[in-house]
Amino acid sequence: MTQDEIFEKVRQQLVDALSVDEDEVTPQARLQGDLNAESIDFLDIVFRLEREFGIKIDRNELFPESIFQGDPDFVQDGKVTAKGLSELKTRMPYAELAAFEKNPEFENIGDLFTVDLIVRYVQSKLG
Amino acid sequence: MRWIWIDRFVAFEPGKSATAVKSLSSAEDHFADHYPGYPVMPAALILEGLAQTGGILVGEANEFREKVVLAKVPFARFAREAGPGEQLTYHAEVVDLRPEGAVVRGRVTSGPDLVAEAEIFFAHLDRNRASQAFGDHNFVFSGELTYLLGQAKLAARPAAPPLPPAQG
Repeated sequence: MTQDEIFEKVRQQLVDALSVDEDEVTPQARLQGDLNAESIDFLDIVFRLEREFGIKIDRNELFPESIFQGDPDFVQDGKVTAKGLSELKTRMPYAELAAFEKNPEFENIGDLFTVDLIVRYVQSKLG
Repeated sequence: MRWIWIDRFVAFEPGKSATAVKSLSSAEDHFADHYPGYPVMPAALILEGLAQTGGILVGEANEFREKVVLAKVPFARFAREAGPGEQLTYHAEVVDLRPEGAVVRGRVTSGPDLVAEAEIFFAHLDRNRASQAFGDHNFVFSGELTYLLGQAKLAARPAAPPLPPAQG
């Protein structure tokens, strides 16, 4: 499956899950910031991706909520530390971290979850 | 207040599908206001009936150990109005059943007519967090909903042999 084909399928699933228009679902669109996804929507999206692509997505694999819970070394003064960034890279190798690294404000971490991130994730799962 | 929007189950296949019926009566309070002189079953209550049918289906699949809550209705379409005197049939099928939650799709019909169809997403409340917030008591499957299902299981048993004709 090409990246374009994956994108088209992901787009359709997001249209269904989030009740957004097709043209709002661009590769750069952020799930929360632009498409207004709420926490339950992330679970819905995971279920849909599994059905659409026949893949298995473990809890907290695609949208790891717990990376920063329990380790104060990962976030200091509202910023993600070098250790935290390295953890992010390990846990989310498909994330585009370059822009975030320049200004790693913790409150902006939701911006990492873009449509493009899902496409790359699915691509990595399909191998 | 009774908040039971199905009358009884007529079919139940654990983990797969469930069918329940609901007879609409003029005696139901909502018809007085919705709307005066033109009684129409509120769409949200039709959806509630479907959610109860699907919710019990999902809950029973885990023997009611999980607290199943309606998390989201990704889509719902209403094809026509329904009013007093009609019997609605709610049919729900499991699309996805996982530890975190479940998805069902359902159709509501009245006789041959489609009244509504919807997809409903249920979440399993995290047991630890749920017991902190709500206590250990399973507030979702308390009382009447499970009683209805018990009746469904009774109804699913093979019919008892007919009584012998009265002598005399």
